[in-house]
Amino acid sequence: MTSPQAPPALRLRRIYEVAPRDLDRAGTVSTEVRRELLALGMSPDVVRRASVVCFEGEMNMVLYSEGGRIILLVKEDRVELLFSDRGPGIADVDLASQPGYSTAPDWARELGFGAGLGITNMEQNSDLFKIRSRVGKGTVVRATILLGVPFF
Amino acid sequence: MKLADLAGLLGAEFVTGAEHAEREVTRAFAADLLSDVLAMVQEEGVLLITGMTTPQVVRVAEVMNMGAVLFVRGKYPTQATVEYAAGAGIPLLAASRDMYETCGLLYQAGLRPAKRKGFRLDLPSGPARPAA
Ligand SMILES: Nc1ncnc2c1ncn2[C@@H]1O[C@H](COP(=O)(O)OP(=O)(O)O)[C@@H](O)[C@H]1O
Ligand SMILES: [Mg+2]
Repeated sequence: MTSPQAPPALRLRRIYEVAPRDLDRAGTVSTEVRRELLALGMSPDVVRRASVVCFEGEMNMVLYSEGGRIILLVKEDRVELLFSDRGPGIADVDLASQPGYSTAPDWARELGFGAGLGITNMEQNSDLFKIRSRVGKGTVVRATILLGVPFF
Repeated sequence: MKLADLAGLLGAEFVTGAEHAEREVTRAFAADLLSDVLAMVQEEGVLLITGMTTPQVVRVAEVMNMGAVLFVRGKYPTQATVEYAAGAGIPLLAASRDMYETCGLLYQAGLRPAKRKGFRLDLPSGPARPAA
């Protein structure tokens, strides 16, 4: 019998609260995440991709959700970002993920968001990407960046 | 191009970060849409030219490790944003010229566009259109 492989050791875990509509603070989780990854000596490519993924995910939580949390996990072989919010959920995740699709209100567009590229960009910068959502419950996004894997 | 030379060329002022006047920016990207900055810029040290002055502009510049932010059309950030940029080490400049003229002058002076990421957003059918 081969014993199951030990899970990759956890190097860092951080949990950040995200408040809805808090435009003064929107983006600060991403700048924190960037600092943590730089402090761990991660490569510039990994830091940039994780920061971009975090920024778009954070903005979506601020703009569209009732608030929630972002969890940063750094393991030996990967960086994981988990975004979970308290609702309202996304009725059609495939549609919401299409480039150009946006329900951003005017006040969000005036801030430079609402081009409908956020989820696409998160996916593009991740090696593994998954959204689960239920209307009335909330949305969970998991974005994984694998370390030591060439990125194109 | 050195930030000092860029400021001289445009008649722009340092809002903060004048101590970085000797910093070189090799390429530039102009946008008011922050999602476009996040999606399309892939190099570091790029100059961001924008008419948007929200705190998020500086945070985007920070996470993308951009060289400096140049505000156009006489737009000026709030004190809180200026202080944040100072803390993050991101020089902010302000020019009264509009975006078109600013970009034209900088291009003429040899500042080239940031390399755009070969994105799947560049659909064969043309630019992404809002879904109906
Ligand atoms: N956390 C979320 N909760 C509810 N709806 C969301 C959430 N994130 C994204 N959406 C929906 O998906 C759409 C597309 O998101 P995105 O690709 O980031 O583009 P944009 O934010 O520019 O609209 C949003 O306009 C919104 O309708
Ligand atoms: Mg978005």
